[in-house]
Amino acid sequence: MNRSRTLAAALALLALSGCARIEPWVKPYERENLADPIMAWDRDPVSSSYIQHVYESREGARGGTGATGGGCGCN
Amino acid sequence: MQLSLSARSLACLLAAACLLGPRAASAGVLPDDRADLMYHYYDGGGVTIDGPSVLVRKKFAEKYAVNASYYVDMVSSASIDVVTRASPYSEQRTQYGFGVEYLRDKVTYAASFSNSKENDYNADTTSFSISQDMFGDLTTVALSFSRGQDDVMRRGASSFREQVDRRIYGIDVSQIASRKLILGLSFETISEEGFLNNPYREVRYCVTSQCLDYDYEFERYPRTRTGNAFAVRGRYYLPYRAALQGDYRWYTDTWDISSHTFEVAYTHPVGERLTLDAHYRFYTQNSADFYSDLFPRQNAQNFLARDKELAAMSSHTVGFGVAYEFRIRGVGFLDKTTVNLRYDRMQFSYDDFRDLRPTGTARPPGTEPLYQFDANVVRLFFSGWF
Amino acid sequence: MSLSGKSGFAALLTGLLALAWPALAIDGAPPAPEFRLASRAGGELSLSGLRGQVVMINFWASWCGPCRQEFPALDEMYRKYKPMGFALVGINVESDKTDAERFLGMQSVSFPILFDPDNRVSGSYGVSAMPTTVLVDRKGHIRWLHRAYKPGDEAEYIAQIRAMLREPS
Repeated sequence: MNRSRTLAAALALLALSGCARIEPWVKPYERENLADPIMAWDRDPVSSSYIQHVYESREGARGGTGATGGGCGCN
Repeated sequence: MQLSLSARSLACLLAAACLLGPRAASAGVLPDDRADLMYHYYDGGGVTIDGPSVLVRKKFAEKYAVNASYYVDMVSSASIDVVTRASPYSEQRTQYGFGVEYLRDKVTYAASFSNSKENDYNADTTSFSISQDMFGDLTTVALSFSRGQDDVMRRGASSFREQVDRRIYGIDVSQIASRKLILGLSFETISEEGFLNNPYREVRYCVTSQCLDYDYEFERYPRTRTGNAFAVRGRYYLPYRAALQGDYRWYTDTWDISSHTFEVAYTHPVGERLTLDAHYRFYTQNSADFYSDLFPRQNAQNFLARDKELAAMSSHTVGFGVAYEFRIRGVGFLDKTTVNLRYDRMQFSYDDFRDLRPTGTARPPGTEPLYQFDANVVRLFFSGWF
Repeated sequence: MSLSGKSGFAALLTGLLALAWPALAIDGAPPAPEFRLASRAGGELSLSGLRGQVVMINFWASWCGPCRQEFPALDEMYRKYKPMGFALVGINVESDKTDAERFLGMQSVSFPILFDPDNRVSGSYGVSAMPTTVLVDRKGHIRWLHRAYKPGDEAEYIAQIRAMLREPS
C-alpha cells in the first residue's frame, strides 16, 4: 500500500542518520545568516496557522504547509 | 433553518495542523518560551468571523516543553449559501489545545491534543511527531501522524449524529543548501471516512427538461476521501539583510480535485525594531467529480455536491505585515515583546458556481453570473518572550 | 596566527570523533593546534603563551542561543579557577564583529575574547557544533571535547578542569 511504502522510506531515512559521515558543507560556525530570526520558516506560529485555517476553510486543498529545520543548528 | 459554516468542516482538520502542530518541533534546540495573544478578523462574502487566539509555551531544562492554546471563532454569517436558502445567523466555535515536547540528543518527540466545539460539531484531534537533525545538522526530517475524530450533528434534529474519522500522515524534510539558502519538501496524506458533507447544504436541479426552474435536494457525498499534498519551498537570505521565500504545493484527491498553490513572500527588517512583510499567493483548483452548480434532474447521480469549496475556482491573496519590537519597562521577566499587524486582501472567483442572489431581473437557471467575492483578513497580535 | 604541522590530523580526528558524542575524552591526547588571534582587549594572544596552564577554548557566536546561555557559567569558572592556573579564551567565529560587540556590551565577561573572522582556527580544531569547548592540559594536549551546551554541563567542565589542575605542567 502506498502509505506503508512511504513510511518505510521515511524510516529508512531516519536510520541513515547513523551513517552521518557526510562532511557538512556549511560548517556550524558559518550559519550566521541561517540563524537570523528573519530566516525562520515560521516566525509567528499563531499567526501563520490562522491564515492557513482561513485558506483551508475556503479551498478544497489541505495540508503540505509544515516546515521544520534551519536555524542556528546549535546543540 | 440555519446553515452552518463551511469553515466548521475544517475545525477538526485544522486542530491538528493548527496552533500546536508537530511543526512546532525543531530538532536540536527547543523553541524559546513565548506567549502570543492575537485578535483575528475575517470579513468577506457576507461572513464576518473574529475572535481571540492565545498560545503559551514554556520549556524546562532544555529537555521538555509544554504549550497550551485557546481559540475562538465568533461567526456572523449571511453568506451566499445562507442568504439564498436560509436566514443569517451567529454562532461560536471554541478550540482548546495542549502539547508536550521532549528533546533528546538531536531528536524531538512531540504529542498534542486539541478539541474544537460548536453547537453542531465537535472535533478531537491527537497528533504525534518525531523530528531529527542529521548530516551535520544540515538536514531535518520530521514524521508526523494525526488522528481526528469528529461528531457531526444537526440543529433541529437531535437524533442526527454522524462521525468522521481522519488520519493524516506527513513527512517534512528541511535541507540547508548553502549559507544563505534553505530548502523544504513536504508530503502529507489525509484520509477521511464518515459523514463528510455539511448536513444543511443542498444542491439544485432542473425541475423540467427545459430547465425553466430549479428546486433543491440535500447533498450526498462519498463516505471516504483521501488527499495528497506535495509541497516544495525555499528561503533565501539577501545580502542587505532581508529574506525571500517561494512556495509551491500540488494537491490531488480521490474526489478528483487537483489544485496548485504558488506563494512568494518577502521579509525586510528596518533598523533594530521594525520588520516588514509582504506576500502574494495564487491558488487554483478544478471541481470535484460529483460537483455541479445545477444538476439536470432530481437524483441525477449517486453523489451530489454544490459546495463552492469543491467548485472550479481560483483565488489571489495580497498581504502586508508590520512588526515592531519594544521593551516594557518594569516587566523584567519579558526579554522581548513585539506588536504585529497583518492585513490580507483575498479575492475568490468561481468558474462553475453561480450567484443565485435575487437581482431584480429573472435569469434562466444556469445563466446567473458566476460568483466572486473579496475578503479582508486582519491579524493584530502581541508576542512576549520570557 | 600560525598553525602547527599536526593541526590537520588533529582537526580531522576531533572533527570525526566529535560526530559521535557530545563530550568526548580524546584518546592519545593530540597536541592542541597552535593559534595566535587578535584579542578584544587589544594585541594578540597565542595558545603557546598559555603553556603550563589548563586552557579551555570556547568557540562561540552571538547568534547562537546556547553559546550566549553558557557565558555566565564560563565567567564564573574563570574567576574561580584562574588563580590556580586556569585560562579560558572565548573565540568568536563571526565574520563581522558588530553583533559580538553588541552582545558583549550587554553581557560583559572577564575572560579574554579572541576573534577568528576567517574561521581558520575553527577549521583547525574541526569545530562541528556550536558551541564547542575544548579542554587542553598543562602540557598543551587536547584532553576533552564538548559539543553543544545544555544547562548543567558546567558541572562536567568543572570536574575535568579540577582533575587537570592537579596534574604537573
